[in-house]
Amino acid sequence: MGNENKPMKLVYYPGCTLKNQATNFDVSTVSSMAKLDVEVEEMAQWNCCGTVHALDSDNVMNRVAPITNLIRVKEANASEFMTSCAMCYNTLKRANIDVKQRADALETINDFLSLEKTKYEGDVDVLHLLEYLRDRVGFDKLAERVTKPLKGLRVACYYGCLLVRPKEVAFDDVENPMVMENLVRALGATPVDFSYKTECCGAYQTVDKPEVIAGRTDKIMGSAHEEQADLVVVSCPLCAFNLDFRQDDAKRLNPDFHNMPVLYFTQLMALAFGCDESALRFDLQHIDPLPALAARGLG
Amino acid sequence: MDTTLRITSARAGSDFVARIEKVSGQKLLACYQCGKCSAGCPMAAYMDVLPNQIIRLAQLGMQEQLLAARSIWMCVSCLTCNSRCPKDIKIAEVIESLRMTALRDGQRNDHLNIMELSPEARAVLPPIATISAMRKLTS
Ligand code: SF4
Ligand code: SF4
Ligand code: SF4
Ligand code: SF4
Repeated sequence: MGNENKPMKLVYYPGCTLKNQATNFDVSTVSSMAKLDVEVEEMAQWNCCGTVHALDSDNVMNRVAPITNLIRVKEANASEFMTSCAMCYNTLKRANIDVKQRADALETINDFLSLEKTKYEGDVDVLHLLEYLRDRVGFDKLAERVTKPLKGLRVACYYGCLLVRPKEVAFDDVENPMVMENLVRALGATPVDFSYKTECCGAYQTVDKPEVIAGRTDKIMGSAHEEQADLVVVSCPLCAFNLDFRQDDAKRLNPDFHNMPVLYFTQLMALAFGCDESALRFDLQHIDPLPALAARGLG
Repeated sequence: MDTTLRITSARAGSDFVARIEKVSGQKLLACYQCGKCSAGCPMAAYMDVLPNQIIRLAQLGMQEQLLAARSIWMCVSCLTCNSRCPKDIKIAEVIESLRMTALRDGQRNDHLNIMELSPEARAVLPPIATISAMRKLTS
């Protein structure tokens, strides 16, 4: 961490969804990091990571998009960069691991990208913001910056799949990760036990099978409700869409379903650091978090 | 599954089995059918052939049954099965290989047509959803 006058710089890859529906994730990332003296610098040029890692080993084409981004990081004279989107993180990190292990695949990609001025040589590290906060900033330091402790707020931390699977990509325990719980505790809130925290939400089936997602959301959010959580925090805009926007479908499926707000972990940080609505953008949530926060004397 | 299976080793060494093993990078015969993959699968309720059954059918080279299964389009590559398999088999990779075998057969056998969704449905979907669905379900 730098001192007040010299903020640390960190190259930042936002991803497409943070520049579209998930603006709240983008602005809360940038604002909360500024409060920690970290200046996140969005990459001057980046492209969609492709969202999913191709599991078929002969599919080199789908690795081109993530690798192009790693080349852009090199061109920004950096050896590492951060993303807060769990899905971008997973896809970029896995492509990176894959080409480091398979010289032939990397060569094919570099050949395909022969018009690029820079060759990729496996020399960029992909970081997730949660990992950066834990390992570089430290939760003690983070706790010192809290101006509005989230006292009494009960938070269920949802990891979904992409932060913990596969294990080569996980920066915490695969079955029982705790990094978000520790972050939430540093903000003054109370993390609840949450047995569905790494249970998949159904992902992209949301596109044409919202009824499938309704079932997943009912189970996952129902489990958070049983633990008397006030809200759920996530790190992935697809989890957020399914758990927040698909609550209407869950309610149609199960009339006893209880609506509950879903926030990005960065919004919770920004809130505890005293950032205003322009950094929170609660207007973009489907389920309004203000009543739940007000019930705990926050908001 | 209500299909009747005739167990035979006739197709176990077929080109199809060899291709699935190559593309997925998995040794199908390592599976001892413990069922742990299916037990934790979040999509199992929507599948006609369970993940452990997919591995079994793949060992036996049952190409038609596998490529016609609804399951290969329901699996979302969440990797729960992979991370729990005691034999370290990457079931999700096997299923991806099956999906891609179906998608690469030149028939444009797509399992999603974004333009068939209502404009309202399309308007709310974030790019992270549509891009991932198209990468997984279309050729
Ligand atoms: S997750 Fe999305 S939307 Fe996000 S950058 Fe990667 S692909 Fe594009
Ligand atoms: S979107 Fe759903 S499927 Fe993806 S990581 Fe989040 S939990 Fe898993
Ligand atoms: S968990 Fe592994 S060994 Fe067990 S049935 Fe599934 S693939 Fe086979
Ligand atoms: S990767 Fe596919 S088969 Fe495996 S648990 Fe997830 S949805 Fe089920």
